[in-house]
Amino acid sequence: MAGSSIMESLFQRSLEDLIKGLRLQLMGGGESKFIAKSMEEIRREIKSTDIQTKSTALEKLTYLNSIHAIDMSWASFHVVEVMSSNKFAQKKIGYLAASQSFNESTDVILLITNQLRKDLTSTNQFEVGLALECLSVIATTDLARDLTPEIFTLLSSTKIFVKKKAVAVILRVFSKYPDAVRVSFKRLVENLESSNSDPAAAIGVFCELTSRDPRSYLPLAPEFYRILVDSKNNWVLIKVLKIFSELAPLEPRLAKRIVDPISEHMIRTASKSLMFECIRTVVTCLTDYETVLKLAVEKISEFFLSDNDDDPNLKYLGLQALSILASKEHLWAVVENKEFVIKSLSDMDPNIKFESLRLVMEMVSESNVAEITHVLVGYALKSDPEFCNEILGSILLTCSRNVYQVIVDFDWYVSLLGEMSRNPHCQKGEEIERQLVDICLRVREVRPELVRVARDLLIDPALLSNPYMHRILRAAAWVSGEHVEFSRNPFELMEALLQPRTHLLPPLIRAVYIQSAFKVLVFCLQSYLVQKEVISSSLDDLAPRGFGLHFDRNFPESSELSKQEASADCEQDGDFNPRLKRTAEDYTGDRIVANGQTSSSVSLENDPFTHESIVNLLHLIKRALGPLSGSDEVEVQERARSVLGLIDLMEQEIPGLLVREGSLKGEELQGLKVLDLIQHSFSKELGPVSLSAQERVLVPDTLLLKENLAELDTVCGDILLSPSSTFSLGNILFGEKNNTLQKEKESEPSTESTSLLAEHRKRHGLYYLSSTDKNGSGSNDYPPVNEMNNLIDGAQDLLKLTAQSVDSKKKSSYSKRRPMVVRLDDGDEEAGLAVEKTKDSKDDSLSGVVRDILLGDETKPMSSQSKPSGKSSGKRRVKEVTLNIGHPSQSKETLGEVEIPRQGSSNVHSSHGKERHRRSKKKDGDKDESSRKDKQMGHRRGRSKNQQSADIQTPAIPDYLL
Amino acid sequence: MGIRFILLVNKQGQTRLAQYFEYLTLEQRRALEGEICSFVEHRNYKVVYRRYASLFFLVGVDDDENELAILEFIHLLVETMDRHFGNVCELDIMFHLEKVHFMLEEMVMNGCVVETSKSNILTPIQFLDKAT
Repeated sequence: MAGSSIMESLFQRSLEDLIKGLRLQLMGGGESKFIAKSMEEIRREIKSTDIQTKSTALEKLTYLNSIHAIDMSWASFHVVEVMSSNKFAQKKIGYLAASQSFNESTDVILLITNQLRKDLTSTNQFEVGLALECLSVIATTDLARDLTPEIFTLLSSTKIFVKKKAVAVILRVFSKYPDAVRVSFKRLVENLESSNSDPAAAIGVFCELTSRDPRSYLPLAPEFYRILVDSKNNWVLIKVLKIFSELAPLEPRLAKRIVDPISEHMIRTASKSLMFECIRTVVTCLTDYETVLKLAVEKISEFFLSDNDDDPNLKYLGLQALSILASKEHLWAVVENKEFVIKSLSDMDPNIKFESLRLVMEMVSESNVAEITHVLVGYALKSDPEFCNEILGSILLTCSRNVYQVIVDFDWYVSLLGEMSRNPHCQKGEEIERQLVDICLRVREVRPELVRVARDLLIDPALLSNPYMHRILRAAAWVSGEHVEFSRNPFELMEALLQPRTHLLPPLIRAVYIQSAFKVLVFCLQSYLVQKEVISSSLDDLAPRGFGLHFDRNFPESSELSKQEASADCEQDGDFNPRLKRTAEDYTGDRIVANGQTSSSVSLENDPFTHESIVNLLHLIKRALGPLSGSDEVEVQERARSVLGLIDLMEQEIPGLLVREGSLKGEELQGLKVLDLIQHSFSKELGPVSLSAQERVLVPDTLLLKENLAELDTVCGDILLSPSSTFSLGNILFGEKNNTLQKEKESEPSTESTSLLAEHRKRHGLYYLSSTDKNGSGSNDYPPVNEMNNLIDGAQDLLKLTAQSVDSKKKSSYSKRRPMVVRLDDGDEEAGLAVEKTKDSKDDSLSGVVRDILLGDETKPMSSQSKPSGKSSGKRRVKEVTLNIGHPSQSKETLGEVEIPRQGSSNVHSSHGKERHRRSKKKDGDKDESSRKDKQMGHRRGRSKNQQSADIQTPAIPDYLL
Repeated sequence: MGIRFILLVNKQGQTRLAQYFEYLTLEQRRALEGEICSFVEHRNYKVVYRRYASLFFLVGVDDDENELAILEFIHLLVETMDRHFGNVCELDIMFHLEKVHFMLEEMVMNGCVVETSKSNILTPIQFLDKAT
C-alpha cells in the first residue's frame, strides 16, 4: 500500500503539468478529451491514502472547476480531509476548494465545525485567516451559531491581520444567525473607533448592513460622522459616504450636519473616486442645500473638461450624476452643461451616447419639443441602427408621457410619427402603432391629419417589405378605414389597401387591411348612391335628404335633422352640384387600376364618386379579393368573403348600380337602406377604454360562476402528471439498473450543462466573442469618418437650437391651441408607468435584533435554542456602548431644539433617547427603565468604561443630529 | 455586498480566473462568464472592467458601488501582482492561480475591500512560499 502511494506521488501530474497539457490541447482542439482523461486520473488519485497525492489531485480539480466549470461537488468529503491536513500548503488547498464548492446543500459541511474551530483558535494567524475567509463564503446557520464564540474572541484580537478578517466575516454570520448580533455587536462597533488603526473592514460591514435597513443604524451616526471628518483613507471615506446617503434621507438634521464635511472633501481631495462619491451623495440626498449642490455641479462640469485625458468613465459618471439631478427637478444643472451633453450624442462610447440622449430628452418641454425632436429624428437617420432606435424610443416615450403632455400640435406629432416610421432602421413599430391608434381615439381634431399620414404610409409599396413596418401599417390601415370620411381620395386608398404586395403582410394584419377596405367600399357606395339620389331628387324638385355622411359621426346619437346638419348638407350639395355638369367620360382617361399601384393622383376637384369609378372600384375589389375567398387563413378568408358578399348583395339589390344614368328606383332605395345600416354600424365612435372599466360592470345576480377550472381536474387529471416527477422516477429506475451509478451521475451534469451552454450560445450567439472578424464588423458599427462630420453637424444644429429654446423657457409662438385630449378619469397613465416600489424594507430578523440592541427595544425577544454563553451580558454591554456614542462630539454643539432630556433618565441615554423619542414615544418609558436596570446590574467589562464616560459628560449632551 | 465576483478574461474570451463572493451553481457561473463579455450592465450586477494588455479584469458589483473606486481596486490588484511576480503576465496568472486567489482573499472579504496595502496583502503568500 505504502509503495503504491509513493509510486502515485512520483508519477502524479502536478497542477502545472495539467495547465501545460491544457495549453497544448488548446491548439490541437482536444481539450474536452484531455480534461476527461485528467478527471479520470484525479478521481483515482484523490482516493489515495497519501495526503500529498490527495491534495495535489484536489488542487487540480479545483482548477478545473474554476476555469473549466467541471463539477466537483462529488469530492466534498476529500475536501474536508485536505482541510484537516497539518501542512499549511495543503490546508490552503482544502480551504480554497471548500470556499469554491461548498454551499447550503453540501452535506459534509456538518463535519467541518470542529476543524474550523480548531483553526480559528490556532496560534498561526494565517491558519486563522484561512478559516475566517472560508467562513465568510460558506457559513451556514449552524456554522455561524456554533462558531460565534470563537469569532467573538477574534474580534478583539491583537493581531490586526486576524481582527480585520473577523470583522469582515461578521457580516455573513449576522445574516445567517441574527442572534450573533447580541453577542458581538459591541465589539464590532468598537472596531469603528479611532484607536483602531484601520476601520476599513468594519465600515465595509456597516455599509452593507445599512444598505439593507438604514433606520436601524441611525443611532450610530455620530461614529460615522467622526470617521467622515477624521479618516484619511479614501476607501473608508467612500463607504462612509454611502452609509450617509442611506441615513440622510431619514433624518434631515443629519443631512444638514454632513454638508460641511462633504464640501471640505470635495474642495480638498485629489482622488476622483472620492470626488465622485461626494458628488453622488450630494445629488442623491443633499439637493436641498444650495451651496453644496452648486459646488457639486461645478465639480461635475470639471469631469467634462478635456484635460481629463478624455476619460470616458468620468464623462459617463458625470452625465449620470446630471440625470439624477434632472430627475429631481434640478434641470438647471443639465442646462448649465448642455453644450457638453449635446456634444456627447456623437461620442464614440455607446454608454455616453445613451446617457446624453436621456439628458437631452429631459430638457424637452412644450416649447421646444418640436425643434429638438426634429433634429434628433434627422440625427437618428445618420446613426447606427442601435442608437437610432434608442433615439426613436426615447422620443416616443418622452412625447407620450402623461397622455402626451408636452404635445400641443398633434398634427405635427402624427406627421412626426409618420416620419419616424419611414426611418429604415426603425424597429419601434409596436410603439408607433400603439400611439397612432391611441391618438386617433383620444384626439378628435387630429383625425384628418392622421388619415393623411396613414395614407402616405399605405400607398408606399416599399414599406410592405419591412417587417418592422407591419404593425405601423396595421394602425394606418385601421385609421384610414375607420375615418375614411376624411380621406381625400377613397379610391386611391382602396388601391393601396388591396395592392398586390399586401401578400407580404402577416394574415392578421392583412385581415385588418381587408376590413378597412370593407369600410371604404361601404363609404364609396353610399356616397355614390346618395349623390345619385340627390340628383334624382333634385330633378324631382324634392327637398334634399340628409344622409349625414360625415356628420353622423359628430352627432351619432341624433337621427333627426338638426339645423347644423341641414346646413352642412347644403354645403355638401354645393360640392356636388358642379360635378353634375360633367360626364363620367371626363375622368376615364386617367382612371386607375389595372396594376393596383397608385400612380394616378386624382386631383381633389374631380368628383370621385362617378359611375365609372365605382365600376372600376368593384372590379378592383373582385379581382384582388376573389383569390382570397379561398385563403387558408380564416380571418383573411372571412373578411374577403364579407366584402365580396356585400358587392353581390348590392348588385342584386340595385341592378341600376351599374347603369350609368338615371335615378334610383324604389327597390334600389332598399339597397341604399342596407348600406345606411352598415355605414351606421361603422360610424359608432370608438373611444379609449379605461383599464378598470371591466370592474365597474356589475355581475348580474342570475349569472352563475363556477369555481375556476375545477372541473378540469377530473377530466384530465391523469394527463397533468408533472414532468419532473416522471423524470426523477426514471432516474431512480435507471440508478437501480446500473451499478456504476456514481459514474453516470457524475458525467450527467456536465453533459447537461454543455447542452445548456450550447443552447445559450445558439440564442445569444451575438454576444459571444468568437472570431476576430467579429471585431472587424464591430468597428463597422461606428460611422465612417466622413459621416462623422455630419453627425457633429447634427449635434451642432441641436446645440444652436437648444441654445435658443431651452433658454427661452416659454415661447408662446403657437397659433394653435392644444386640442382636447381624452383622458380617462382614473388616470390611465399611472397604470402604464408601473409604479416603482421602493426598496422593500427587509424587516428581517437581523434588523430586528439590531434595532433591539441599538434602540433598546425589548419587545422582540429572539428565540434561539442554543444561545451561546454570555449572550445576555453581551447584549447589555452593547447597549451601553451605543449610549456612549455621543461622546466624541463633546460640547461644541448646543441643543438647538427643545426636546429636553427626560428627567429621571441619566445623561447618557438622554442623548440617545431623544433620537428615538421622535419615532416612538411609547417605548421611551420602558427603555429608560430597562437601561436603568442595566445600570444597576452593570457588567464586569462594560461597567468601568461606562462610568468613566459618564464622568466626562457635561450636563448638556451634544447631539450630533442637531 | 459590494463586490460580487472578479473575473479575468483574456482577449479570446477565455476565463483565466474566477472568484465569486456568493455561491452560484456551475450553470450560473458558465452562463455569466459567457454573457458578460459584451455587457456592461448585466442583470442585477454592474460590471466594471479594465484592460491590461491582453487581459480584461472584470469586477461585478452592486448597482450603487463606486465605479471609480473599483477601477482603482483593479489597478491595485495588478500592482500587487506586479510586485509579486515582477511584471506580471497572463501566464503568471494561469500557473499561479492559487496565489492570485490568495491575494484576492486578502484584499476582499464578503465583497468588501478590507486591505489595500500591498505588503500586507502579500504577507500570507510569502508565508506560504516559505512553508513549501
